[in-house]
Amino acid sequence: MSNTVITLDEVVAWILAYARAISENRAMLTELDAAIGDGDHGANMDRGFKAVSAKLQAGGTDISQVLKTTGMTLLSTVGGASGPLYSTIFLQAAQACAGKTQLTLQDWIVMMDAAAKAVVARGKAAAGDKTMLDALIPAVQALKDAAVAGLSLADALRASAKAAEDGMEATLPLIARKGRASYLGERSAGHIDPGATSTYLLFKTAAAALAQPQVQARKW
Amino acid sequence: MKKLINHPDDVVRESLEGFAAAHADLVRVTMSPATIVRVDAPVTGKVGILSGGGSGHEPLHGGFVGLGMLDAACPGAIFTSPTPDQMLEATRAVNGGAGVLYIIKNYTGDLMNFEMASDLARDEGIAVESVIIDDDVAVNDSLYTAGRRGVGLTVLAEKITGAAAEQRRSLPQVAALCRQVNAQGRSMGMALTSCTVPHVGHPMFELPDDEMEIGIGIHGEPGRRRVKLQPADAVAEMLMEPVMSDLGLKPGDDVLLFVNGMGGTPLTELYIVYRKAAEIAAKNGLKVTRSLVGPYITSLEMAGCSITLLKLTDDLTALWDAPVRTVGMRWGI
Repeated sequence: MSNTVITLDEVVAWILAYARAISENRAMLTELDAAIGDGDHGANMDRGFKAVSAKLQAGGTDISQVLKTTGMTLLSTVGGASGPLYSTIFLQAAQACAGKTQLTLQDWIVMMDAAAKAVVARGKAAAGDKTMLDALIPAVQALKDAAVAGLSLADALRASAKAAEDGMEATLPLIARKGRASYLGERSAGHIDPGATSTYLLFKTAAAALAQPQVQARKW
Repeated sequence: MKKLINHPDDVVRESLEGFAAAHADLVRVTMSPATIVRVDAPVTGKVGILSGGGSGHEPLHGGFVGLGMLDAACPGAIFTSPTPDQMLEATRAVNGGAGVLYIIKNYTGDLMNFEMASDLARDEGIAVESVIIDDDVAVNDSLYTAGRRGVGLTVLAEKITGAAAEQRRSLPQVAALCRQVNAQGRSMGMALTSCTVPHVGHPMFELPDDEMEIGIGIHGEPGRRRVKLQPADAVAEMLMEPVMSDLGLKPGDDVLLFVNGMGGTPLTELYIVYRKAAEIAAKNGLKVTRSLVGPYITSLEMAGCSITLLKLTDDLTALWDAPVRTVGMRWGI
């Protein structure tokens, strides 16, 4: 039986795992961005999440506070479009779970839904514009579908990671309509979007780090 | 990669440290967060003019901080927008009680970060207005794209707006003037070579020896089309034609003609382009009453140029001629 809730330790572990994933994939993200943007996505995200990692090394005392610290740190260290957008994800998630000591699938859905809506508002983009939303929106939808289908928390997280991956891959033929890639017009087709890729990694690490049975076992 | 640097991670910081050491008579530099502020800021009763953007475009923006131009600049990482905390710090430093104008180049990241900064500044009771510069005719404006990029016209907007602020014009007046400049100016650029972002380590795109890129931006992003290499006169025609037709200039109009170097092209060549651009302007009945030639808004070591035309009025001409004392532009003093 897998766990039915997400704990504070898991949220910290997720963000640290994501920071490692960004660091390991820094060159790949930069290559994707160099093809259709300006080649800074890997370096910017890595700089921001290294700063986040340093702040979270001591763990945290509150899930909402950890997410807020992450968002505020990203806002002052990443820059570009990714800074405000990734900052928005974490700040919105923090707001949506204020006061909670653990998170259910329903809580997680509310948080990610708020995050996705805020990214739409901040970036003024929509699904199909070849942006991070092409991974984020399907991932959130998959969480909702999983809840309706009665899947476990762990299965729902895996389904959202898969949906984000499919969404990322589906950006390949798209013509960019937002961000610097849009200046290329038709020449932006044939490349996977770097923002959708870093968003896929966010949900991939969430599926691996959250709702782990051994964490629950350790508590007993 | 062959660059005069120590380590890719230290490029912006070390360059800023050198800038601070070289120009302490004109600017105060803070490192955390990174800001470049006019040495006598805040100037009481004067609208503060603030701009910022990714590094790698020098002398823009830090080189234009000083009397008669910008009150502050916020440098980001190479080709990356600065962050709201930098902008807020700079806003506080230049607010002389008459409010602060943000001059923003039209890029998604810059817009979002400046938007967040203006929210924070207004929360502190500082009056802030923003003007977006989007002069690049190479990008077709449409509801379905990020819109036209902010390129060469930014330099002219900063000079003219800064002069108006120096005359103690109000925040709404200075903002309206900046919008007027944006409405009356257009640019288009081209590249002979790509450029290398230090932490990437190789050129942004490959451009064979016998080809050039037309419609380039200022971030090494490829342009709209690639064509066979042609002589300077033909390049000047390719850039002038879309700029003139987009502006809808009429014979007899006064214009400022600005030929900008992208960082790796010598003045010798820029003047060859200027020579032909001025000839084309004259042939179309335009009166080139003011001019600017040189590397003012660059893209690291990229070779190439951009051409900007600004339709002048008597007011704009007088503001252009007004005294300016910055690292990158200095006259009348």
